Amino acid sequence: MEKLINQFELGLFFWQVLIFIGLIFLLKKFAWKPILDAVNDREEGIKNALLSAENARKEMQNLQADNQRILQEARLERDNMLKDAREMKDKMVDDAKTEAQAQGQKMIDQAKAAIESEKNAAMAELKLQVSTLSLSIAEKLLKEELSNKEAQTKLVEKLLGDVKLN
Amino acid sequence: MVISNKALRFIIATFVICLPFISMANPEKDTTIVQTVVAHEGAEASHEAHAEPTDVKSKVKAFIKHHVLDSHEFSFFQDDETGVHYGFSLPIIIYDNGFQIFSSSKFEHGEAVAESNGNFYKINHHDGKIYKTDAAGTITEDEKSGHPTNVRPLDLSITKSVLSILIAAVLMFFIFTGLAKSYAKNNGIASGAGRIFEPVVLFIRDEIAIPNIGEKHYKKYMSYLLTIFFFILFLNIFGLMPFGINVTGNLTITFSLAILTFLITNLTANKNYWGHIFWMPGVPKPMRIVLAPIELLGVVIKPFSLMIRLYANIFAGHIVLMSIIGLMFIFKSWIGSSLSFGLSFALSILEILVAFLQAYIFTLLSALYFGMAVEEHHHEEAHH
Repeated sequence: MEKLINQFELGLFFWQVLIFIGLIFLLKKFAWKPILDAVNDREEGIKNALLSAENARKEMQNLQADNQRILQEARLERDNMLKDAREMKDKMVDDAKTEAQAQGQKMIDQAKAAIESEKNAAMAELKLQVSTLSLSIAEKLLKEELSNKEAQTKLVEKLLGDVKLN
Repeated sequence: MVISNKALRFIIATFVICLPFISMANPEKDTTIVQTVVAHEGAEASHEAHAEPTDVKSKVKAFIKHHVLDSHEFSFFQDDETGVHYGFSLPIIIYDNGFQIFSSSKFEHGEAVAESNGNFYKINHHDGKIYKTDAAGTITEDEKSGHPTNVRPLDLSITKSVLSILIAAVLMFFIFTGLAKSYAKNNGIASGAGRIFEPVVLFIRDEIAIPNIGEKHYKKYMSYLLTIFFFILFLNIFGLMPFGINVTGNLTITFSLAILTFLITNLTANKNYWGHIFWMPGVPKPMRIVLAPIELLGVVIKPFSLMIRLYANIFAGHIVLMSIIGLMFIFKSWIGSSLSFGLSFALSILEILVAFLQAYIFTLLSALYFGMAVEEHHHEEAHH
């Protein structure tokens, strides 16, 4: 113990404390503070970067879900639109068909009516013609018949015979 | 870990290169022992080492003894035959009726009496300390303890240890300010040589400071913990380099480090800490009176154990390592010397581990004590 105490050297102690405390303060100002600050900053930076990467990933997922949803909606809408279009087309075709049919029917009817009236007219004409023809035939016949007396009498008699029958 | 393979390999390679230097260069350096006036010869066994060393064994013993002490000059090695010293002198600053400043070369490696403004000084070989003497340089020793009775002036010299501390401090300053600057230059990522230390800084923050002190208070202790860790580590590693520096194995240094931990612990302690010492909650009242002095003793013992642990580990490491290196020259045989070489090599590697471990333990325990001092009052009756 005494040997240990004898080893103590005041001068060395003085220099050691002086240099060491000076070193602590110098290093604190010029080394430890900047080093620890830089390391802290870097760690904060890494932490923030990781956090923002995680956020970005989540956002990405959200975005993807959104996209999926929007896509789904779009597909649905497209389907609806297609369906609508098909229905409309069908309806239009149907409408056109019905109208065409009605038109056709109308035209047929008109044609029928026209034919009927034409026929009636033709018939009337025919009747007129026939009567005229018959009259002329009858006139000719009468002329022929009545050219001799006997024939005239016979006819009159005949006609009278018919009247009697009536 | 951010350490690149290349840098790691370089460090390992440097260590491996350095190791043989320790093993081979040290024995070439030789003792600075020269004859001195020993008033009472043979009073103690250790005195034998201070007589003119004749055989290799006592030379080694004396060399080891002097290596672990502080020195007033920086000597790399010495030619024993010619007495030529290779190294450089350091300034001597003595406060004795005003400052006496002169070069340590005046002592001529401890052989001569140095004169400054009419005062005479001599280095004693027992402890390597400067004593005031008369013009002839007589050092009288106390009969009982063997200590010199001469007056010891206040010695503020830049000794080998002070120089080593200064070099370590300057080195640390440049490495860590360089590291700090590289963050700004490189967008928050360290570059250059300092980046090797970034994981260590983070380790101290995440594994030592935060778990022991707590998230809330750790920031104010970080500067101290980082500085003390690297200071001890650098000086431990310096001690393993081939310059024969032994700083952290010096009781004065470990004492000053421990006293700083002690002061910081007790000056930043909160009410809760003192409450646990003087009036332990959760125990019967008579026990509290008994516990108070024990706890109070603990306050002193904690830094004391810090001081002794670091000192003893490094001191013992140096002694053992040098003894085994010395064995190589004592054996002087193929088998014995090569065995010693292998052993010293293995031990050097172990000492590198110890260098890191002791720096870690000192920092860890300091952090633990700081943590106790600022612990919040959250476990009411559960304590002990």
